Amino acid sequence: MATAMTRVHPNNAVLGWIEDRLPILSFLSSHTSGYYAPKNFNFWYYFGSLALLVLVNQILTGIFLTMNYKPNAAEAFASVEYIMRDVEWGWLIRYMHSTGASLFFVVVYLHMFRGVMYGSFKKPRELVWLLGMLIFLVLMAEAFMGYVLPWGNMSFWGAKVIISLFGAVPVIGDALVQWIMGDYLPADATLNRFFALHVIALPLVLLLLVVLHLAALHEVGSNNPDGVEIKQTKKPDGTPLDGIAFHPYYTVKDIFGTGVFLLIAAFIIFYAPTFGGWFLEHDNFIPANNLVTPSHIKPVWYFTPFYAIVRMIPAKLPGVIAMFGSIVLLFFFPWIDRGPVKSIRYRGLGYKIALALFVLSFIMLGAVGAGVTTEVIPEWFGANADLTTIENLFGRFWTLVYFGFFVFLWAYTHFGFEKTKPVPDRIQLRSGARLKETSDTRWGVRKPSRFRVG
Amino acid sequence: MTNAMTTKTRDTTIFAKLAALLLVGLMMIGTAAASEEAGLEAANVRLDDVASMKRGARLFFNYCSGCHSLEYLRYSRLAEDLKLDPKDVEKNLVFNGARIGDHAISHMPADKAATWFGKAPPDLSLEARARGSDWIYNYLKSFYLDPARPLGWNNNVFENASMPNVLWELQGLQVAEQVPAEAGHDATIGKLELKTPGQQTPAQFDQTVRDLTAFLQYAGEPAALQRESMGIWVLLYLAFFTLIAYLLKLEFWKDVH
Repeated sequence: MATAMTRVHPNNAVLGWIEDRLPILSFLSSHTSGYYAPKNFNFWYYFGSLALLVLVNQILTGIFLTMNYKPNAAEAFASVEYIMRDVEWGWLIRYMHSTGASLFFVVVYLHMFRGVMYGSFKKPRELVWLLGMLIFLVLMAEAFMGYVLPWGNMSFWGAKVIISLFGAVPVIGDALVQWIMGDYLPADATLNRFFALHVIALPLVLLLLVVLHLAALHEVGSNNPDGVEIKQTKKPDGTPLDGIAFHPYYTVKDIFGTGVFLLIAAFIIFYAPTFGGWFLEHDNFIPANNLVTPSHIKPVWYFTPFYAIVRMIPAKLPGVIAMFGSIVLLFFFPWIDRGPVKSIRYRGLGYKIALALFVLSFIMLGAVGAGVTTEVIPEWFGANADLTTIENLFGRFWTLVYFGFFVFLWAYTHFGFEKTKPVPDRIQLRSGARLKETSDTRWGVRKPSRFRVG
Repeated sequence: MTNAMTTKTRDTTIFAKLAALLLVGLMMIGTAAASEEAGLEAANVRLDDVASMKRGARLFFNYCSGCHSLEYLRYSRLAEDLKLDPKDVEKNLVFNGARIGDHAISHMPADKAATWFGKAPPDLSLEARARGSDWIYNYLKSFYLDPARPLGWNNNVFENASMPNVLWELQGLQVAEQVPAEAGHDATIGKLELKTPGQQTPAQFDQTVRDLTAFLQYAGEPAALQRESMGIWVLLYLAFFTLIAYLLKLEFWKDVH
């Protein structure tokens, strides 16, 4: 809801004195107890607050890691082992940070999927989505640079491969790669600047973007699983009839969600910190060595869907364009999906199938990028099978599905092929209790129509 | 009302379908992850078996530390974690005049080692983390006589390894059964056979290698001992916290209809 700031005035003399000069408590209360959110948030609505929790975890554990980490190619690897062995609780802090990095992406991907599923990017929330996408982009840079810092062999070779993608830029490519690395190979200079960007520049940008993401959200109000605008139906006092105060209702609910999340995170941190080589890779326990190439160079799991796209396209420049394109396309969701109905609950069958295929393509591309197919194909098709051909066929098929989703979505909604269901005027609760109370609930019937933003 | 309920049902089925698809994808990844170490016999090391790690430490410092360092492991840490008296460690495990707080560094000069073996023996601090304990267990059991190699030894798990079988007195001598080459393929090594028995029976030797592997597993991450022993308390606390949080949520949400 557009948050008109309600003034609060504490009785405490000191706090009151401050409040008269800097209305900080009024600001906080208008964004917590004064912020009304729809009361039908479900499971999918935990991940925003969890992302914030992980961000705080990354910053706090990161501060303590920098106290003992040496951003120097000769000392970095040993300093990480020093943290793991000699620093009091260093192992816990490091595992919290490394597990946090992977869980950040788990949480963010689920958060983004939620946004797509319930149409949370649609008018009037386009800016919320764009700011969120910028957060995702900066987060990818942040994670990549953080992954280089332990200076293991996969750090080195991952950095080399990823940075060399910029070499595909015509004319200036090679110079650009050298400029990024500050050397002809990933080296001390690269490690130094990545450290600076990882611990100072990008976290500051991230924090700023998170503030803007939340500010934009609070201006237009949260979407919900029904995709209904709750501020269309208000109580006499002007607050939404189907809204509840974020604090205390969603703060207590999120504390419960935090508990469940921490249980999962703690299980990983204490019993599976490498997560079978998915969160901390085996090859990264070998110091960086520019003479020994790991058998499969691959990024960490959260980059593998995008990495698969660059691998599946035969020429370097088109591959790199497709890879960046696969991320850039996500920014344009609000303008590609022109359907007037927000929530998947009231959308056409075609949309539901397409979205399921899109999610599947993301997972399958992830498997290709992580080298799962390289392992599995000889088992399924025999050792003599033509690995490259089968893998390319498989990977290219799912690359087509990934991009095809956006083409389909645009055509499906632009030309009015979608047969949507009637969207209710007010949110629907599972118990149906509210419907019994109010007999005057009308069903808004919206015909599929062309819908343009702006 | 009816309309609303059918919407809910459909909504739920879509969720169920999506969840099922996700699950299938994750299972595929899981299968692949499990098959990563296919072909290796499980080492079955246990980090709660201190006696095994103690025997492994003794084996390591008697058979391996002449060439291999554990550059990130301090003798004092080892004494503390394996519940050994530091004095005994100094007397029985330190062979190079190092002090108890020092890292376990081999005194073999690296440049000469490279000349002697073709490649300097690697540091083993993180070997178990880089290769996995199953790999170490299988590697140490897979040496066989091969006159074609400079030191007379080859290895079935790590082909043309520079390392000789330092445990041969315990294991005995193994020879490889040659599988003739098929058209278009190289000849391969089949099963290894024990030609001359060693001081230990195969079962005893398996335990020896398991102890050594357990010690290297420990050396790769000494904190694993604390991690695994305290983790359960953290989880129990969080489970309790989550329960309280859930009850709190129910209480607060009583007035939301």
